[in-house]
Amino acid sequence: MSDTTTLWIVIVALGIGSFALRFVFLGLVGDRAMPPWVLRHLRYTAVAILPALVAPLVLWPAATNGAPDPSRIAAAAVTLVLGMWTKNIFLSIGGGLATLYACLYLIG
Amino acid sequence: MSTNFDKSTFWRGFRDGVPFIFVVGPFGMLFGVVATEAGLSIFETMSFTILVIAGAAQFTAIQLMTEQAPTIVIIASALAVNLRLAMYSASITPHLGAMSLWRRVLAAYFLVDQNYALSTAKFEQNPDMTPGQKFSYFMGAIAPVAPNWYLATLVGALIGKTIPPELALDFALPITFLAMLGPMLRTSAHRAAALVAVAVSLSFAWVPFNLGLIIAGVAGMMTGAQVELWLEKRGQT
Repeated sequence: MSDTTTLWIVIVALGIGSFALRFVFLGLVGDRAMPPWVLRHLRYTAVAILPALVAPLVLWPAATNGAPDPSRIAAAAVTLVLGMWTKNIFLSIGGGLATLYACLYLIG
Repeated sequence: MSTNFDKSTFWRGFRDGVPFIFVVGPFGMLFGVVATEAGLSIFETMSFTILVIAGAAQFTAIQLMTEQAPTIVIIASALAVNLRLAMYSASITPHLGAMSLWRRVLAAYFLVDQNYALSTAKFEQNPDMTPGQKFSYFMGAIAPVAPNWYLATLVGALIGKTIPPELALDFALPITFLAMLGPMLRTSAHRAAALVAVAVSLSFAWVPFNLGLIIAGVAGMMTGAQVELWLEKRGQT
């Protein structure tokens, strides 16, 4: 089996699989009512998954081969605090990137 | 309840989605660079990005392919990274479930972190939106993001290795997610859910196939639900 075949198997399988994951509840549950305890858990999906996804990337970035990097940690902290304080996503991203580049320039 | 498409709500979603151009841009470019460096042709890179439309899973797959991992491990790992999309699907279903089948197919294809986060925040603040307005907002929020994701991938694939690593494009993703998270931490239930999710995610980072992320997500959701119940009870007595 050539590398190209493997690649296309991965691409097609991931395409179908990712769509299936996105469609599973939207498509199959539709407008049937879900029990209150399920809805109460679903309300916290975003605030649980997003930080869980980000935490290892902040503490152990792949770009530094997993070594904690003060610049990236500072940028993450500034972004989060700006987001909580201003509730403005754009401003938070801008502040985070500015912090990242300033720190990378100053401390390398 | 009206399921009619609402143009003005679509444009409100569009405006809220615009800032994400500045982060999916660098992130998409980075994918284009990494994919072509791993030996993918431009056609293969673009097929990948258009069919899968999930950055984190795409990076995972490319990384494992360059490590010569078995095909089944590559697919399983990348799909595990995408398991969160099933959680988003469940979470958005009470809002968009009343749409016609083809609209739900469309919404499912375009369900990504950015428009999911914008939409749930919006729907929580405005519970009286009609299902049609919610769908319009959701599609509006992705409209400026998805085309720029494709375009940025193409640009990255074309210019390839000329992007210096000093630009730290890898950190565009964490910064975006943190910026989306900040405004969501409205109540102590939300904050407790996030704190527990972070703690569990870091302690379970060793679990294979990225399943630590799903364990952390479930732990955070259970925490949020329990704290909400507890606050309600305390408020009543």
